[in-house]
Amino acid sequence: MSALPDAEALLPRLADGLRERVTPEVAMIGLYTGGAWLAERLHAMLGLATPLGLMDIAFYRDDYNKEGLKHDPKRTKIPFDVEGRDLLLVDDVLYTGRTVRAAMNELFDYGRPRSISLVILADRGGRQLPICAQHCGAVVQVPGGMRLRLKRSEGDKLKLELERAA
Amino acid sequence: MQRNPQLNANGELQHLLSIEGLPREILLQILDTAESFVGVTERDIKKVPLLRGKSVFNLFFEASTRTRTTFEIAAKRLSADVINLNIAVSSQTKGESLLDTVANLSAMHADVFVVRHASSGAPFLIARGVKAHEHVINAGDGRHAHPTQGLLDLFTIRHYKKDFSRLTVAVVGDILHSRVARSLIHGLTTLGVPEVRVIGPQTLLPAGVESLGVRVFHDMREGVRGADVIVMLRLQNERMNGALLPSAQEFAMTYGLTAEKLALAQPDAIVMHPGPMNRGVEIDSSVADGPHSVILPQVTFGIAVRMAVMSIVAGN
Repeated sequence: MSALPDAEALLPRLADGLRERVTPEVAMIGLYTGGAWLAERLHAMLGLATPLGLMDIAFYRDDYNKEGLKHDPKRTKIPFDVEGRDLLLVDDVLYTGRTVRAAMNELFDYGRPRSISLVILADRGGRQLPICAQHCGAVVQVPGGMRLRLKRSEGDKLKLELERAA
Repeated sequence: MQRNPQLNANGELQHLLSIEGLPREILLQILDTAESFVGVTERDIKKVPLLRGKSVFNLFFEASTRTRTTFEIAAKRLSADVINLNIAVSSQTKGESLLDTVANLSAMHADVFVVRHASSGAPFLIARGVKAHEHVINAGDGRHAHPTQGLLDLFTIRHYKKDFSRLTVAVVGDILHSRVARSLIHGLTTLGVPEVRVIGPQTLLPAGVESLGVRVFHDMREGVRGADVIVMLRLQNERMNGALLPSAQEFAMTYGLTAEKLALAQPDAIVMHPGPMNRGVEIDSSVADGPHSVILPQVTFGIAVRMAVMSIVAGN
C-alpha cells in the first residue's frame, strides 16, 4: 500500500497558498468534524481577524430520506455576518462533492457571501457533482471499498488514515 | 418478547409515544439534536430543508394552543407541509372511529401524525395501525404521557444546569392528573437525576407514586428546600370531578409557589411551568415573572425539541 501524505507536512503548504487571499474581510468556516480540526489550525496559522465559523451540514444532507438523521449533529456556529464576505470553506477530504453542496446550501441560509473558495487537505477523486477545490493539499489514490479519513491524536496532531468503508 | 412499539427493528425511534421505556441514548440523541436546532431557530432564516415534501398532520382531538402551535412551527421550520385538524369539532362528532379517521388521512399521503387525545393510549392504537413510512408523535394522551413536553423540560434543565447527575428536582402540585409530570419523572430518572421529589396533597398524588423512584412530600416548604429545579404544575380545574380539594384558594396557600417558599430552594434554582399558568393559584406572578423563572424559554426550546423529534422519527 502506498504511503499516505503526512497531514502535518501538508498544513504549512496549504496555509502558504492561502496567504494571498487574506484580507480583513476574509472569513473561514470548517465542516465538522475533520474540516473543523483543519480549519482551527489554518485559522491560527493565517492569523485571521474574523473568528472561525464551524458548520455541521446534517440538516442539509441529500441522503436523509435513505439514511435518516445522523446521531450527533453538532451545532453550527457562524460568529460573523456571511453577507458580502469572501469565505474559505474548509473540509478534510473531497470525494463525491455532496458535503460541499450541502454546505453551500446551508451557508446561503445565513446570507449571500461575495465568494466561496473550497480548501481541502486531500482530494480522492470520485466526484458526483460539478465541484472542485481551489486549494488542495494533495491528491490521494484510495483503493476500492476504503475511506480516507482525517484523525486527530494527542497533542492535536492531524493524520490521514484509510479505513474500511461502512 | 414484545418489541418496544416506539422503536424499529434496528432500535431506532420510529414513533414517540412516551418517555417511559426509551433508552437513555435515545433521550440524549433527541436533546443533542435539539441543541443543534436551537442554532437554526436563532438565525434570520429559521428553516432547513429536511422534511421537504413530507406532510405532517396535527390531529388534535382535544383543545390545545401552545402545543399545537409549536408543533406547527417546528414542522414548518423543517419545510414540511402542515395540515391542522381540529377533530374535536369534525368527523368524530359525526361518529367516525379514530382508526377510520387515520386511515382516511393516510390515504391523503401523511408522513407524520401528531396526536393529542383525551383517552390514554390513543396514539399507541394509531401507531399500531400505520404504514411503515408513517410516524406517530404523542402530543398528550389523557393522563398518561406528554413526551415532547417532558423532553423540552429535560432540555431546559440541561440548558441551565448542564449536568443531571447532581440535581434535586421538585415537581409540585396536581401530579394525579398530569401527563406532563409522569413523562418528566421518567425522563429525569432515566437520565440519572439522583433526587426527584413530588410535592402535593395526598388526593392529587397517584397511588404508588413512590414506585417511580421519587420522594414524596406533603409539606411544600420541606419539599422545595435545597431544590435546584422547581417544576410547578397547573391545577387542572377542568379535569377535577368531585372534591379532591377544598378550594383553589386553599391550594394556593399550601402549594402555591411564592417568593417566600422559593427562597428555601437553591439560590440559583430555576422555576418551570408547562403552561397555561393559573397566576395566583399554583404560582405567584412575582415568581412567574421573576429572575428564577424560565417559563418562556421553555416555550422557545419546545420548538427545537419538536423539530428534533420530528426529524429523527421521519428519518427512521
